[in-house]
Amino acid sequence: MSYRFIEEEATADIAFEARGKDLQEVFRSAGDAVMNVMIDNLDAIEPRESRFLELDSEALDLLLLDLLQSLIYYKDAEQLLLRITQVEIGKFNESWRLRAMGRGEHLDHERHHQLVDVKAVTLHNFSLEQADDGWRAHVILDV
Amino acid sequence: MDIVHALEKISDTVWELPVTYKEGMRVPARIFATERLIRDMDETVYEQISNVATLPGVTKYAMCMPDGHSGYGFPIGGVAAMDVKTGVISPGGIGFDINCGMRLVTTNLTWDEVKPHVNRLVDRLAQRVPAGVGSTGFVRLNRDEFRTMLEEGARWCVRKGYGWEEDLELTEESGCIMGADASAVSEQAISRGINQIGTLGSGNHYLEIQVASPENVFDKKVAGSFGITIPNQVVVMFHCGSRGFGHQVASDSLQVFLKVMESKYGIKILDRELASAPFDSPEGKKYFAAMKCALNMSFANRQVILYRIREVFSEVFGRSAEDMAMHMVYDVAHNTAKLERHLVDGKERELLVHRKGATRAFGPGLPGLPARYRDIGQPVIIGGSMETGSYLLVGVPEGAQSFYSTAHGSGRTMSRTRARKLWRGQALQSDMESRGIYVRTASWSGLAEEAGRAYKSIDDVVAATELAGLSRRVVRFIPVGNVKG
Repeated sequence: MSYRFIEEEATADIAFEARGKDLQEVFRSAGDAVMNVMIDNLDAIEPRESRFLELDSEALDLLLLDLLQSLIYYKDAEQLLLRITQVEIGKFNESWRLRAMGRGEHLDHERHHQLVDVKAVTLHNFSLEQADDGWRAHVILDV
Repeated sequence: MDIVHALEKISDTVWELPVTYKEGMRVPARIFATERLIRDMDETVYEQISNVATLPGVTKYAMCMPDGHSGYGFPIGGVAAMDVKTGVISPGGIGFDINCGMRLVTTNLTWDEVKPHVNRLVDRLAQRVPAGVGSTGFVRLNRDEFRTMLEEGARWCVRKGYGWEEDLELTEESGCIMGADASAVSEQAISRGINQIGTLGSGNHYLEIQVASPENVFDKKVAGSFGITIPNQVVVMFHCGSRGFGHQVASDSLQVFLKVMESKYGIKILDRELASAPFDSPEGKKYFAAMKCALNMSFANRQVILYRIREVFSEVFGRSAEDMAMHMVYDVAHNTAKLERHLVDGKERELLVHRKGATRAFGPGLPGLPARYRDIGQPVIIGGSMETGSYLLVGVPEGAQSFYSTAHGSGRTMSRTRARKLWRGQALQSDMESRGIYVRTASWSGLAEEAGRAYKSIDDVVAATELAGLSRRVVRFIPVGNVKG
């Protein structure tokens, strides 16, 4: 599971590429990348609370967008920092469905080292593609 | 290809990408900048502004201001006026941080009077105006009260005691844009924003104490009309937006527009971030009404922050805010789409003017200006990087060429990821302190990302706006204290 931030792109925002050997892994990597834009020490986020996420989308890449937006939502609405622990992705009829468990805890200014707040996931050059070695997502966040 | 060669030079400060530059362009794209700024712009700006020129209803030109830099959908600094009958509304042409904007407040204090207290002032402001990831404010509302605030904007705040009646007159749209409809916003948007009134946010948001020294006053008469009258006068400038509420309103609408854009309306776009709907459609109207709620949320946010600033100054100096003449100069919005009337080829037309990272800059005599500024022109507040300085400009009659729009800041030249690698926040803080700028931040890394060298020269940018006839310099301010979001 991995991601890297891209220096040469998105002057005012943050661009990253996430990878995973399968869909589940790339979704989890991308989720951690979003959280890592906001919090430097992800390991300090303890799994004290959980939120079950169930999302549907006609397009697989927009399902990823929805998941990342959910993490941003909980950060503002409940000051809850979540990491995706389990995730299932499948196609039902014409639409993609995701069921995931997010675990984490409320923002603690002492223990969680803040970086920059994420406003939204943009669709500019947003992509989720299958490569030889698994899946790759390219994402630009508005910060 | 050297992009500068693809540009047609119209004048020293106007550069054009003709409609032949890219298939589907309906109008040329125009960039207002000096040659030096043009050479500093990344090529993404040209790709993005020419994409904007393909949107239905775009009128005259897709335009980019001198501080233009790579954004998403529109470039930052992008301006496009859409025909209200045939044109679209595009959330990517407004930005996620709807009505991210600037507010400038005067005092009658001089730097000599403030200097001994500046550290305490900044520390108290940092405590009273929360900043950083997921920060929450002191105003507690239930969901119905929050909806009322969304429809009333800063007017709601003044009614609740968070400000002076005159503050409203000195805010764009009098702090309350008409037509905001809280029933057009999602429950998620309300949940994200309900506890965030009175918070700064992060990124390039800040609250700064600044000084107007006599050598930095370019137009004494206009400066006087704007309330800058004393040598080395201290002012307060801050930059923030509609917080999670506005971000969610924009995100919600992108999803809706993506679904209907092509299937229902046959609109084809070159970048999904430009997802659009006809302005005159149920989806377009709903977003417009929701976006106006975000405009109002942002006016309210800045109003409550002003309330806190006045409180902190009163506490530190033991005098009332009235006694310290803490009047607003003005409050301007950056990320908006507004209905305005403009002359196009000699005919007055109603247009939906998208400004993303661009400031409205009405020249003298235009309706919508406060009575006291009607003969002078609109104050334009331009925030520079936290290390260099900021400006107060004024709108000019020649601004008609850009639908009365001008720059909004310095414009970045370096990515945040790169800046974060190059500089360390702690070292930057002590370096700034040795140069007379006391800074407090919610994030060391966030501070490093905002280093002055990650930005274009603010002096070059505002000089270019003046040369191009978009706005004129009135005062330059020097930072002395900064609360960094």
